[in-house]
Amino acid sequence: MLEALQYDFMRNALVAGILAATACGVIGVYVVVKKIASISGGIAHASFGGIGLGFLLGINPVLVALFFALASALGMGIVSRRTSLPQDTVIGIFWAVGMALGVIFIGFGPGYAGNLFSYLFGNILLVPTSDLALMLILDAVIASVVFLFYKEFLAISFDEEFSAVVGVPVESLYLTLLCLVALTVAVLIRVVGIILVIAMLTIPAAVAKQFTYNLTKMMLLSSLIGIIIVLCGLWLSYELDLASGATIVIVGGALFAVSFGLRGLATRKRPVAQPS
Amino acid sequence: MASEELVSLRDVWVYYGNVAVLEGVNLSIKQHDLLGIIGPNGGGKTTLLKVILGLVKPSSGEVAVLGSTPQRNRKFIGYVAQNSLVDRDFPMSVWEVVLMGRYGKVGLIKRFSDDDKKAAYKALETVEMLDYKDKQIGRLSGGEQQRVFIARALVAEPKILLLDEPTTGVDTRVQTKFYELLARLKQSMAIVLVSHDISAVSIHVDKIACLNHRLYYHGSKEVGPEILEATYRCPVEMIAHGVPHRVLKEH
Repeated sequence: MLEALQYDFMRNALVAGILAATACGVIGVYVVVKKIASISGGIAHASFGGIGLGFLLGINPVLVALFFALASALGMGIVSRRTSLPQDTVIGIFWAVGMALGVIFIGFGPGYAGNLFSYLFGNILLVPTSDLALMLILDAVIASVVFLFYKEFLAISFDEEFSAVVGVPVESLYLTLLCLVALTVAVLIRVVGIILVIAMLTIPAAVAKQFTYNLTKMMLLSSLIGIIIVLCGLWLSYELDLASGATIVIVGGALFAVSFGLRGLATRKRPVAQPS
Repeated sequence: MASEELVSLRDVWVYYGNVAVLEGVNLSIKQHDLLGIIGPNGGGKTTLLKVILGLVKPSSGEVAVLGSTPQRNRKFIGYVAQNSLVDRDFPMSVWEVVLMGRYGKVGLIKRFSDDDKKAAYKALETVEMLDYKDKQIGRLSGGEQQRVFIARALVAEPKILLLDEPTTGVDTRVQTKFYELLARLKQSMAIVLVSHDISAVSIHVDKIACLNHRLYYHGSKEVGPEILEATYRCPVEMIAHGVPHRVLKEH
C-alpha cells in the first residue's frame, strides 16, 4: 500500500477518506442519538436527482447533488413537522421522487453516463483534487456550526419538548441539523456513494456510543473509527481488487458486529440493574 | 389571603380536531399553592399543563401567567414531564441534563456561566443528587431520574412548578421522600401536581381539583363523592377500591 502512495489518485483517496470520516464522525453521532437515520437515508437518495442534473448540465454532479440534498432535507423536515403526515411516508416520497428525477435527467443527457456507478456506490480512487477542496469547505462548515450550537443540538436530541419550554428554537435547529446531514452526504458521495452513505452515518457513531456517554468524546471517537474503517477498506479493496465503497462499508459492518459482540460479553458479566 | 395570582385560566376550551379535551376550564394558582389535579387518563391533565406552558394554544378562553402570555412568562415555570427519558443509552450526564434548565437564561450559542453552574449545583443539592452528577442519566433508577428532572426544572429558579404524573413507576418509599421534597419547595414556589393516583396525591397536597374535560375545583382538599363521581363518570367505589372515604382524610 505504501508504494501506492506515489500515485496522485491514491494520495487523493487518503485525504478524501479522512475528510469524509471526520464529517460522518461528527454528524453521525447526531444521526444515531437523535434517531434520524431514515430521514438521512432519504436525504442521501433524493440527492441523486442532483447527480442526474449535474450530468445533464455538465456541472460537477456532487455540487448539484449538494443543493438537492439541502432542498430535500428542508422539504422533508418542514413537511413532516408541519403536517400530520407520518414522517416515514414523507421520507419514502422524497426518497423515490429524488431518485426518479435523477434517472429522467440522465435520460435527457448526452449519450452514455459512464461513471454513474461511482456516484451510486462510491469510488474513492476517482476523487479529483477539485472535489477535495469542496469536501474541505463542507467539513469546515459542519465543524463550525456544530461548535456554535453544541448545547442546543444536545438539548433537542435529548428532549425536544423541554427544550421548547426553555425557549430553544427547536424546529429551526432541527432543520439546521438536517442541512448538516445534507452537507455530510455531499462529502461522502465520492467515497461510498449515495446508496452506501447511510452506513458511514451510522456505523462509526454506533460503535463509539458503546464506549462513552460524553457527546464530544463520542464525536472524536467515531471520527477516529471512521478513519480506520475507510483506510482498512481502501487497503483491502486495493489488495483484493474489490469495489472500494462496498469494501469500506463491509469493513464497517464487521467492526460493528465485533464491538457489539464484545460489549455483549462485557455486560453479561456485569448486569445493569433495571429500575423498579 | 391576599397572595399573588400566578396563573389564571378563564373559560379555556381546547379541541383536538373535533374532540373537546378541555371544556370551559377555570383555574387560579396562587403563591405557595400545592395543588393536586386528579382525573382519569385521557381526561386532559397533560393538556392542561401544556396550556399553562403555552405549548398548546386554547381554541378559546384566556390564559395568563404572571399577568402576561404563557409564551412570554414561560421562563418562570419549571416543568417535569411524564416519562421524560426514552433512550437509556443516551450520551448525556446528570450534570448536562440539569444545565438544560438554564438554556432560557443563557441564550443561543453562548456558553454556560459560573452562575449557571452554581445554580445547577444548588438544584442537585436540593434534590440530594449531587453525588450522581457525573453519572450517565439513563443508568439511574426511575426515582433518581425523576429527581434529576425536578432539579432541571428548579435550576431556572421558577415561581411555578408543574409536575406531570411524577410518581409513576416509583416505589412507596421514594414517593414519601418525593412529597417531603415538595413540602420544602412549596416555601418558595407554587406547585401543581397532576396524577391519576388519587390516594397518594390527596394525602400530600393542600388543594385538589378533579379534571375530566371539565375542572371541578373547590379550593379545598375535601372532595365529596359526588364530585369524584362527576369527574370519573363511574361509581367512586371503582376508583377507591371500595373504600371511598379512605381516599381522603378521615372526616
